[in-house]
Amino acid sequence: MQEISIKVEEKLYQNRYMVDEGRPHISVKPHTKPSDALAALVKVCPAGCYTRNETGQVEIAPDGCLECGTCRIVCAATGDIEWNYPRGGYGILFKFG
Amino acid sequence: MSETFDAIVIGAGPSGNACAYVMAKAGLNVLQIERGEYSGSKNVQGAILYADALERIIPDFREDAPLERHIVEQRMWILDDKAHVGGHYRSDAFNEEKPNRYTIIRAQFDKWFNRQVREAGALVVCETTVTELIKDAKGKVIGVRTDRDEGEVYADVVVMADGVNALVANRSGLKKEVTPESVALAVKEMHFLPQDVIESRFNIGEEEGVVIEVAGSVTVGMVGTAFLYTNKESIAVGIGCLVSDFTEAQVRPAFLLEKFKNHPSIKPLLAGSEVKEYAAHLIPEGGLNAVPQLFGDGWMIVGDAAQFVNAVHREGSNMAMTSGRLAAETVIEAKKAGKPMIASVLSAYKKALEDSFVIKDLHKYRRLPKVLHNNKHFFTDYPRLLSQAAETMLRVDGEDKRSKEKKITKSFRSTRRIGGLIGDMFNLARAFR
Repeated sequence: MQEISIKVEEKLYQNRYMVDEGRPHISVKPHTKPSDALAALVKVCPAGCYTRNETGQVEIAPDGCLECGTCRIVCAATGDIEWNYPRGGYGILFKFG
Repeated sequence: MSETFDAIVIGAGPSGNACAYVMAKAGLNVLQIERGEYSGSKNVQGAILYADALERIIPDFREDAPLERHIVEQRMWILDDKAHVGGHYRSDAFNEEKPNRYTIIRAQFDKWFNRQVREAGALVVCETTVTELIKDAKGKVIGVRTDRDEGEVYADVVVMADGVNALVANRSGLKKEVTPESVALAVKEMHFLPQDVIESRFNIGEEEGVVIEVAGSVTVGMVGTAFLYTNKESIAVGIGCLVSDFTEAQVRPAFLLEKFKNHPSIKPLLAGSEVKEYAAHLIPEGGLNAVPQLFGDGWMIVGDAAQFVNAVHREGSNMAMTSGRLAAETVIEAKKAGKPMIASVLSAYKKALEDSFVIKDLHKYRRLPKVLHNNKHFFTDYPRLLSQAAETMLRVDGEDKRSKEKKITKSFRSTRRIGGLIGDMFNLARAFR
């Protein structure tokens, strides 16, 4: 499929967040080769939080997370990630929703 | 907090607010816990408000609720790459004293709804995330644990209104995890335009609104739909597909939204707008088969957490409010009769749901998720065939009409064959029956 260039970061820039510094609410469990489910998150996460590093592992930077839960559900069967809501008051703060 | 409440409501969306409001209004001692900064700050919807469900809870809500536009026109479009084929329904009958549907902006609406909950007497605690249920030795739910220090609170009954992810029920083993096949991921943007531009672009008056529901090639073969709703000074535009399809097709949701916004039928409607927010949210699409156990000793589940969404009619917030109200009424009745909040008493909630449109509508369309999932050509072949057919008949090029009709019939036959066409009609008719 044709890839039109869109930068998710530019979209996230419109949003309001209260980042819980040093306490990420999602983490990827250590792995050498990602499962198919985990690898899919690089594309499927609507906030583009997941990336592939140079050695092929999937990493997460959840600062721009929209708290939809897609990654949680995709990886529920494989257990690749640890997922919680941010602490009360932190995370995305929708202006409109 | 060492006092025991009559009820704890987890979450302050439409279902939680409805539930907390009705119980507080009846004089119960209610605690509502919300993880956001305020009710609405974590909530995402298109969003359409169905007046009837709210009217049964707050009859005069129109006096001060933040409503955007009442809907006078519904457009249903099927898109292929260049065109849309559609049906519109517009009626002046929708310009009534008490309109039936409104567009709303959830962050504002939920904040208003939650203010009514406080004014009715409930204690609302925000910026607090419930982490798990507290059970007694016999397994009855007696309270919740939160992420606050000494954050344990107790109640006779806990109502889980924590949304589609339903983490609390999942982690307490009261409910199975939602599967990627039974939930859609929708992404949405808010596009701002001057009020008069929206009104001239959509051919509507000051308070009037238009909704456009879209299916077809914009979901690139995945099961899903897109939408465009007019607010007073903004347009909500979004698209959603099953999570299982997103992972299988490896499509970026933001790319899909961009593709939809750039469709030749959509682009002019958004021209010149300023985007102020990008949101994502899951929508329960599993229908009746995805609905979990709804009650037990000391607990009930309402709204999206119970997967109450009618995917065909794009209704969810009305089911949320109605289920919240019915759960509240169940608690009020039990209190009045001096009964304990155990499963056999709370089963009245399920009975009430079965007697309402909530379960009746979910039952009516129970076969549809499977039919759509197994028949992707409803989202690929048919939009293209319909568009081609329309173009063939409308283009005047010297070819006679009978030949054109034959060409159209042939295009349908060669794509789906006769057996396929009949099977499709049968499956759809059965799923909608």
